[in-house]
Amino acid sequence: MKISREEVLRVADLAHLELTDAEAETYRGQLDSILEYVDKLNALDLTGVEPMAQVLLAPESAGETPMRDDVVEPCDDGDAILAQAPQARKPYFRVPKVIDR
Amino acid sequence: MSTHTHWTVASVRAALAAKKISARELTSDYFSRIENRNGTLNAFLTLSKERAYQQADKVDAMIVNGAPLPRLAGVPLAVKDVISTAGVRTTCGSKILENYMPPYDATAVELLESAGAVILGKTNCDEFAMGSSNENSAYGPVQNPAAPGRVPGGSSGGSAAAVAAELAVISLGTDTGGSIRQPGACCGIPAMMPTYGRVSRYGLVGFASSLDRIGPFANNVPDIAEVFSVIAGWDPNDSTSANVPRPDYTSDLEKPVTGMRIGVPDEYFAAGLDDDIRKKIEAGIALLEKIGCKRVSIRLPHTEYAIATYYIIATAEASSNLARYDGVRYGLRCDAPTLNEMYRKTRRNGFGAEVKRRIMLGTYALSSGYYDAYYLRAQKVRSLVTRDFFDAFKNVDAIVTPTSPVPAFKLGERTADPLQMYLADIYTVTGSLAGLPGISIPCGKTSQNLPIGMQILGPHFSEGRVLQLAHAFERAGGFTI
Repeated sequence: MKISREEVLRVADLAHLELTDAEAETYRGQLDSILEYVDKLNALDLTGVEPMAQVLLAPESAGETPMRDDVVEPCDDGDAILAQAPQARKPYFRVPKVIDR
Repeated sequence: MSTHTHWTVASVRAALAAKKISARELTSDYFSRIENRNGTLNAFLTLSKERAYQQADKVDAMIVNGAPLPRLAGVPLAVKDVISTAGVRTTCGSKILENYMPPYDATAVELLESAGAVILGKTNCDEFAMGSSNENSAYGPVQNPAAPGRVPGGSSGGSAAAVAAELAVISLGTDTGGSIRQPGACCGIPAMMPTYGRVSRYGLVGFASSLDRIGPFANNVPDIAEVFSVIAGWDPNDSTSANVPRPDYTSDLEKPVTGMRIGVPDEYFAAGLDDDIRKKIEAGIALLEKIGCKRVSIRLPHTEYAIATYYIIATAEASSNLARYDGVRYGLRCDAPTLNEMYRKTRRNGFGAEVKRRIMLGTYALSSGYYDAYYLRAQKVRSLVTRDFFDAFKNVDAIVTPTSPVPAFKLGERTADPLQMYLADIYTVTGSLAGLPGISIPCGKTSQNLPIGMQILGPHFSEGRVLQLAHAFERAGGFTI
């Protein structure tokens, strides 16, 4: 067994997901078989292999991803953005109380 | 106007210029088509009629004034619902964004509209583009217009179905592990993923940012070239977009392909490939040889590790990208007395089963104690998969494979076992990991009359060559081989 029920619940907790008992069991089984499958990567000798963190940085790639100039540009989108918020009071997003005093 | 006109970008351009039809009439014709078919197909989630008619009227005014028409003037376009459209609902196929109205347009959308395209609406897809069958949409599955009762493929199922059913002339989809190419194959139409960084991702709602790409569906290869000639290019709003000049991809389309070396990887014709598909792809390769290409046997030895690598990297990036859906800034909020409970309740009710599964897998792969064993290891194997391709491209100009080992399957047939669904992405995730451009084009049908897709992959930024080969295949009758 690759992943226990406790680990599923711990991961769900880290990801801010709430699971029912039945869901925890289903996901445990499914994640278990996926992780079992992923184990095939252990068969490879990866000594000296660099992780591929950037797609276009390989020397064979013709790509170049330039930085843009560091200049201040206006971004006066507050109203449009707050209009999408479930609860807002300009210029803030409103959330349940996090501090008791 | 007959609803049976098979419009293309070129025929729309000619008809508008000759004043045989107005952009408004054409737009209205397409909305009637959608009205007639969408109840069954479920390809569109939202129609943007107001925006469409405004744009059509702009095009008609240009015609009246004798102004030069931009290259996509009046062309009816559908946009996958993970791509932002200002003021037009963008759900990502998720309940968590059911009422989300983006305050801005994606760069690709802005460019297409500036080129005259008419946005008809937003198309159905797997939730946050996670799926291979469109059955993970919170708004119901899409029917395959080429194979009733079967999936259109995914995740861009709605975009594929809309074009295949001629409810739009062109559409935009997104591809992370095959989500443009595989639905293109299932629905029997050309569909192409560009090189990573070739098309700006600005305004594309992120799933796996190192893999996500925007690309078109169309009913012919020249229309695919038309779309890329508009949407390719550097965008300061996407730090991963490449500063490579945008060619006119239509100009080299007709050039002969004589002498091109076509790599055929042994690993893509191994066990698990449907027999009918194998036969047709072999026939397709033989046709390419007939028109002057040279077949070269190649090896891509790390192919068997690609699915495992992909599902670690994609889910890790997804778990991070989807952390933003917390009920604070946009989208669904489920009220609760504390902030933490609000997050949990919102995400529990807002996300579907597949999205939760992938968030958990990705969170696990990134979590303390497991990072090296899963995520770092997968990033290293990604280097090896990519290296395979770079080595192969020293000897070949392009690589030809099946797009998918299986044709469109029946709705509901494969939902019970997520791993089995993932394994069918074997021929598409490799090119995704390596950042290559790849097209799927029709290559005949199975004995059950289900469309088959042939994939052509090229080196980074070789879109022109890939399109040239695809078009040569199209002209030689390969689509109906």
